[in-house]
Parts: sequence; structure tokens; C-alpha cells
Amino acid sequence: MCNQAVGLVAAELEHRGISTVTIQLLRMVAEKVRPPRALWVPFPHGYPMDTPNDPEKQHAVLDAALKLLEDRTLTPPAIVDYR
Amino acid sequence: MGDLSEFSFKYRLFLKTYPWRRIDPVPWTPLEKPLRQCNVALVCSAGFVAPEQKPFDDSIRGGDTSFRDIPSDVDVPTLVESHRSKIFNHTGMREDPNLAFPIDRLRELQGSGRIGQMNHRHLSFMGSITAPGRLRKRTAPEAVQRLLDDKVDIVILVPV
Repeated sequence: MCNQAVGLVAAELEHRGISTVTIQLLRMVAEKVRPPRALWVPFPHGYPMDTPNDPEKQHAVLDAALKLLEDRTLTPPAIVDYR
Repeated sequence: MGDLSEFSFKYRLFLKTYPWRRIDPVPWTPLEKPLRQCNVALVCSAGFVAPEQKPFDDSIRGGDTSFRDIPSDVDVPTLVESHRSKIFNHTGMREDPNLAFPIDRLRELQGSGRIGQMNHRHLSFMGSITAPGRLRKRTAPEAVQRLLDDKVDIVILVPV
């Protein structure tokens, strides 16, 4: 449900002119809901930024998310897998 | 992980049959300036509230669609998690709220110059919303208006 909720908020943001990137934990939900710009991460629910108390790993997720915003080749809906 | 395998059969069935709300058409706002010039905010759905704020209401049928302003200078370990879902492990984000609401990480990105600035507030939802009509019609537009008023350029949204 969380994946859908943030996707719907992202759509409203983009509709009104704010760029977004949405972390997604379930690819199936991302494909159905279609947030505009999504980074699918292979982590369990409750762990969207990878590992608690590990700033390096958390920064890696954030950096991947920010790179989607810089990628001029993406088109909506963009779902990109986190490596 | 990142698929349905972590859930019970009952919840997997629910996820497969739930009428997911399809965004169509998909809106798109390209980023028009470098990250180092952007004002960035977070939207989190982990149900975090600041210590003096009212917790999310887990008794509302269909989900509590309200949200809280979280000041960007909050002491992150003081955030209180009030997400109602019992289908995932809350241990990690209670131990380190940055796991689901990476305020300290964003602060560090501001410090390094990777982003221009962190907005003065972020928004916290509780994402366990099975009936999102009110979210779409009322609270999401209200939330977006606050971020427009703040002249936010980018929002990073994090579910749990």
C-alpha cells in the first residue's frame, strides 16, 4: 500500500511542476500504479534505504535515485532497477 | 526480496487481487537545473511523527490520509514511528529512522554540495491506505501546495 500511496503523491507533484523520484519496493506495484520516475530496490519492506545505521549504503540508494532525475533519456513511466 | 515472496499466502493473494490505482496519463516534469541548485524535500510513508505531534490514526477504515510537517532540523532519532501495518518488520526503521526517512543523509548531501539545499520541512504520511480517494482528491493536493509554496524543485518519495 505504501508503494501506491507515494506513487499517487508523486503523480500530483509532477502534475503541478515538481520533479520526483519514487523508491519502490515491489516491481509489480510500480508497473501497475506507474509513478512517473521510480527506482525499484530489491530490499524487504521496511528497509527501503537498504541497511539501518549504514550511511554509505543509504547514500548509494539516494545517489541512484538522484541520477534518475539527471537522466535526460528517461520517459514516463520510468522504472529503473537498483543495482 | 523486492517481490511478493516475503509475504504470507493470504497477503500475496490480497496484493494480486487489489485494484491498484493506475496513474494515466503519467505526468512528467523534467529537471530543468543542476541538482546543486535545487531545493529538495522528502516525502515518507512510514508514519513517522515528531515527538509533540499527534500519531497517525490506525482505526480509520481505508487508512489515515493525513500528513505531518517534519522540520528539517529535527533530531532524527527522536522521530516516533506509528505505521499500522503488521506485515513487515519495523525493527530497522525504529533503530534508525533514516532507513525510511533519510533526513540525515539529505543533510549530508546538502553539506557536500550535491544538492543545493534541503527544504525547511519534509512531509510524513502513513502509507497503509487501501482507499486512496481522499488522498488523491484532498491531502495530496494540500501537501503539494505546501511544497510549491516552499519553492521545492525535487521531491524524493520513500515508501516502506
